[in-house]
Amino acid sequence: MKNRVLFKGLVVIFSTLILLAACANKEASTGDKVEILNASYDPTRELYDEFNKEFAAYWQTEKGQKVVIKQSHGGSGSQARSVIDGLDADVVTLALAYDIDAIAEKKLIDEGWINRLEHNSAPYTSTIVFLVRKGNPKGIKDWDDLAKADVSVITPNPKASGGARWNYLAAWGYALEKFGGDNTKAKEFISSIYKNVEVLDSGARGSTTTFVEKGIGDVLITWENEALLALKEMKKNEFEVVAPSISILAEPSVAVVDKNVDRKGTREAAEAYLQFLYTDIGQEIAAKNYYRPRAEEIAAKYNSQFPEIKLFTIDEKFGSWQEAQETHFSDGGVFDSIYEQ
Amino acid sequence: MKKKKNVLPGFGLSMGITTLYLSLFILIPLSMIFIESSKLGWVDFWKVVTSERVVHAYKISFITAFAAALFNGVFGLLIAWVLVRYSFPGKRLIDGLIDLPFALPTAVAGIALTTLYAKDGWIGQWFSAIGIKISFTPIGITLALMFIGLPFVVRMVQPVLEGLEREVEEAASSLGATKGQIFRKIIFPEVLPALLAGFSLAFARGLGEYGSVVFIAGNMPMKTEIAPLMIMTKLEQFDYAGATAIAVVMLVVSFICLIFINFLQKWSQKHVLQEE
Repeated sequence: MKNRVLFKGLVVIFSTLILLAACANKEASTGDKVEILNASYDPTRELYDEFNKEFAAYWQTEKGQKVVIKQSHGGSGSQARSVIDGLDADVVTLALAYDIDAIAEKKLIDEGWINRLEHNSAPYTSTIVFLVRKGNPKGIKDWDDLAKADVSVITPNPKASGGARWNYLAAWGYALEKFGGDNTKAKEFISSIYKNVEVLDSGARGSTTTFVEKGIGDVLITWENEALLALKEMKKNEFEVVAPSISILAEPSVAVVDKNVDRKGTREAAEAYLQFLYTDIGQEIAAKNYYRPRAEEIAAKYNSQFPEIKLFTIDEKFGSWQEAQETHFSDGGVFDSIYEQ
Repeated sequence: MKKKKNVLPGFGLSMGITTLYLSLFILIPLSMIFIESSKLGWVDFWKVVTSERVVHAYKISFITAFAAALFNGVFGLLIAWVLVRYSFPGKRLIDGLIDLPFALPTAVAGIALTTLYAKDGWIGQWFSAIGIKISFTPIGITLALMFIGLPFVVRMVQPVLEGLEREVEEAASSLGATKGQIFRKIIFPEVLPALLAGFSLAFARGLGEYGSVVFIAGNMPMKTEIAPLMIMTKLEQFDYAGATAIAVVMLVVSFICLIFINFLQKWSQKHVLQEE
């Protein structure tokens, strides 16, 4: 008798839990309907909003099957960790191959994933450019200007943000070119750039906020698609994009998560989804969202949007992501040593 | 052996539920941290947790959390005092405002504070005029922690102040005690245990805070990196073991701090009251 209240309380709690569980447990794919989860990083939100609608329409006419695409966005590294920890993503579309490698290391994606699709499994690319304040008061034209003493630079922490590693590597690649491959001089150059960094945000969007909303810094090192989007969406007349002479070809990679699609039986749709990124429709959507398309015709059409920059790939200058990661961003690596006295 | 009769019924069941609940939501998750970090082995563990940058991050975290809790202790007491002892228009509203830092997503708080206290910000410009930088320095971190920690102190102290009997103060006053004496000898000893509890909650909350601090800290290595950011950095490199190693140290040190404060609290309850 005495325990009746307690018992009732427990019944309520457990039935709540069961209800919650029931909410979470959605049915998997059936014959006439398939559901795909795309785990992506932050700045692709607008791109995939548009792309998913197009793909759903295409799949309906092609296969007569309804496809529902769910999107999940977050920092590239934390998205990769979610997938490793059991997020049921069918495809991952992340900021850098290194993050997908980390998933592959846990055997969720087959080895050699990067060669499964054309162009290193990167259907669209971008590069690293500068965003400066209207009229470019500090006269910033190239990487050299970022190393000058009176310039305040904003860029995220490359160890805390995957996307920010491209920024760092772009500067490093320029320095290698400038000093004829001399690593010591390149390091000095990078040091003087990072000495000018007033705020190392923990992510790319954080840096954009610091620069655009809080008005801190003379120049923001950022992805080209982010810079162009910022120009379009934010205070259009207050900023300008400056293209450096040399920069890195940023290749955001995509892959099917083999373990998940095989378990859920969604492989066919998931593979078609990624393939569709390479079609003219997919390429055009990427270009409209300020990513550089791979298809030459589409690239030609959007030519005026993208300044001409001499681009190098990570493999050309650093061997591979794994090597770049090991040398520059591991604990006690080059980036750490910049900050040691 | 005869079963001991307890005054309160249902001890067995409620204790069982307590243990289960604590295990599922606190003990097992926390022990995962120890298990994960044990993958490192002692030598590597020691190397990770004593590296120069990590040690500096601990210092920043503990010092700023302590400073913020201290400020909150003083001003939280004052605010609670004002809310309990005086009546003024808008009192209810201010009372409600105290809880807002609990409800607000901390990232929002961080961004708002950074903007206000940046060197061209509304408030920051006055400080930068006299040469004090707030955003992107440890002062800024402390400020963010003060913001999120304030409700703990106010809400702990408030009920105790409300429960104080005015008659005691009046009696003291009629016996010739000065206002200072009344505060020192009657009010403060009563409030002290609650104040310490509020302080320790604010301190603990400050140690773990990430969301608001990353925006205002500037995250410069060896300058304004906090320990939770070091953990995130390790995770970003898929170094789970390294991340949990830092967490283990945080956990152990905070646990020691909290136990110590708890002890202080018990001690003050017993001794300060019986002084003289």
